[in-house]
Amino acid sequence: MERFEQKQEPMLCSGHAACPGCIDALSARHILATMGPDTMAIIPPSCMAIIAGPQPMSSLKIPVYQPTLESSAAAASGLRRALDALGKRDTQVLVLAGDGGTYDIGFQCLSSAAERNEDFLYVCLDNEGYMNTGAQKSSSTPHYARTGSTPAGKTTRKKNLVEIMAAHGIPYAATASASHLPDLVRKVEKAKTIRGTRFLSVLIPCLDGWGLPDDAGLAAARYAVECGAFPLYEIEDGTRWTLNVTTRSRPVADYLALQGRYRGLAEDRVAALQAEVDAAWATLVRRAEAGATASA
Amino acid sequence: MSRANTAGGDRQRAEFAPPADEQGTRSDGARAATHARQRSLLTGNEAVAWGARLSRPQVCPVYPITPQTPVLEKLTEFQAAGEFDAEVITPESEHSVMSACIPASLAGARVFTATASQGLLLMHELLHYASGARAPVVMANINRTVASPWAFWPDQTDSLAQRDTGWVQLYVESAQEALDSVPQAFRVAEQVLLPVMINLDAFYVSHAMEPVDVPRQDDVDAYLPSFAPARKLDTAVGSSWGNVVSQDMFYRHRQALQEAMDRVPQLLAQADGEWQQRFGRGWGVIERYRCDGAQTVVVAMGSMAGTAREAVDAMRDAGEPVGLVKLRLFRPLPAAALRAALNGVRDAVVLDRNHSPGVGGILHQELRAILCGARGAPRVHGLLAGVGGVNVPPRRIVEFVRAAREAEPAAESQWVR
Repeated sequence: MERFEQKQEPMLCSGHAACPGCIDALSARHILATMGPDTMAIIPPSCMAIIAGPQPMSSLKIPVYQPTLESSAAAASGLRRALDALGKRDTQVLVLAGDGGTYDIGFQCLSSAAERNEDFLYVCLDNEGYMNTGAQKSSSTPHYARTGSTPAGKTTRKKNLVEIMAAHGIPYAATASASHLPDLVRKVEKAKTIRGTRFLSVLIPCLDGWGLPDDAGLAAARYAVECGAFPLYEIEDGTRWTLNVTTRSRPVADYLALQGRYRGLAEDRVAALQAEVDAAWATLVRRAEAGATASA
Repeated sequence: MSRANTAGGDRQRAEFAPPADEQGTRSDGARAATHARQRSLLTGNEAVAWGARLSRPQVCPVYPITPQTPVLEKLTEFQAAGEFDAEVITPESEHSVMSACIPASLAGARVFTATASQGLLLMHELLHYASGARAPVVMANINRTVASPWAFWPDQTDSLAQRDTGWVQLYVESAQEALDSVPQAFRVAEQVLLPVMINLDAFYVSHAMEPVDVPRQDDVDAYLPSFAPARKLDTAVGSSWGNVVSQDMFYRHRQALQEAMDRVPQLLAQADGEWQQRFGRGWGVIERYRCDGAQTVVVAMGSMAGTAREAVDAMRDAGEPVGLVKLRLFRPLPAAALRAALNGVRDAVVLDRNHSPGVGGILHQELRAILCGARGAPRVHGLLAGVGGVNVPPRRIVEFVRAAREAEPAAESQWVR
């Protein structure tokens, strides 16, 4: 097994309030360390806001502004422009929001900020539901997953937000996972060098919300990539697609079997999910190949 | 009302209430300062935009809505001409406008915006958030009816419905007052770290043209120092805003908010007094117009005060002892100044161009609350006059006053037109 050494100074301190084994905290630790000390964070109500800690404590070494749930990208726009007006153009603005605050209630202002190409990195820590309120469905919750508000399984598919963000023509949209840490860190480093709206979707298996054992978060994250349910890819300027992990090494059923939210899922539904993943994967491969051909 | 507020009110009366003759004098620029100035024909909206330009905000998020749009267009026109050096943000909604305003202010930038009616209501959650964050944002609101049904008429229900959001609220009567109020608002906002809303009646003030003295930039610069908050979001410091607090912290935070509000009447009087010294005109916290010896006093806000002046002049010409109290500062309500202004008056006639269903007129309600138990308090007649933008000519105000003198006041606000 490869050992990954974090080279940068830590920006997320120990003693924070995340659940034991939380992938949110692990991902944020590497994202924050890579962003470095000249960064300001926008953290709306979410698990990350709990991890950031109650007043007067903060687990983050950088300033944090906690906006209302639906206004992260608007708040990031205001903060960015104020820093610009005050001559602090090198200070990075980083949003750490959940999927509820991104896919759902915060989507309107996120789309608007992307349309204006506001200069910040928006990271969606995507645990596929409202986990901070006890696991209800969001528009990021995948098909057939059981949540507090979809006890019989969600009847519709997960919104493809990364493609929607890319369709705004922003310079950088990508997916990442703590299961592939060098890839995650490389993407944050890359995003740091770009001006304009940068969007990173990080899959965060939620131990409680997904029904995972305390030590199974990373395995679930890795299986999601390996089965193609959460492919790792980048889209630059809305047109250039790159697939970062180009092969699939296990069936979707392996991924589903880890999670309590799919417990007892009927065989035909497992097959339906496999077919959905196959179709999405084929589209992704086609786009990535088209990009490679265009640049060759 | 809390004991602390009452004590603060008494202090205000002692410290800022000007002599009666000065209070009652119409401030029309007769004592003009000697500095050079530009006199232009401007609408209230244009005057607000000039007030903003002269205040040098650094961030200006703004979203268009009738009848505020000319403020936005004037600011972007200034910017395109290189005369307005602010970061202008054009988000998808007023909600995002106010969401952007707050952290921009907390980072240490001076922030201005403008809205109206539905836009203000869409901001509602963030209005609370702004005062809670102690962000000294200044916003112009053009008072327009609140839907449904849709309408575009002058009515102050939009901003009066925000009276519990922790914003200082001013109501202005003219384009000149609108312009002058913007730098004054920034002065006060940045002293107490509270947001300030400047309210202009739709069309009567926002779109009516009048000659306006536009001060020189360097004179306004001398009046309004640059914004330099002691605490801000800064990577060199690392402190944050918004983290969850305990019950005790929240309680103390609200107390601090109240203490800041309590300082506003005195600080506004100072800001206005210094403005008057520099520019030859002031607007007061409240204005007493021809109130000396008045037995009946009309109480109004915004453009209605201008109409009431005409009625008061007509009645004074006819030998009737009638005056006007114009309320410029509505939040915090300058209770001590109002009690003093109405002390010994027989009848107060409150004109409310707003409507709170189940209560009636909001100013009527507030005035009755502060006068309750006060020695020498007048009988209070509450009139829902001009709700929905219905025209209230001076002739009707004369009739309202004469009728009030003859009748016992009703407990409820009365519908009149």
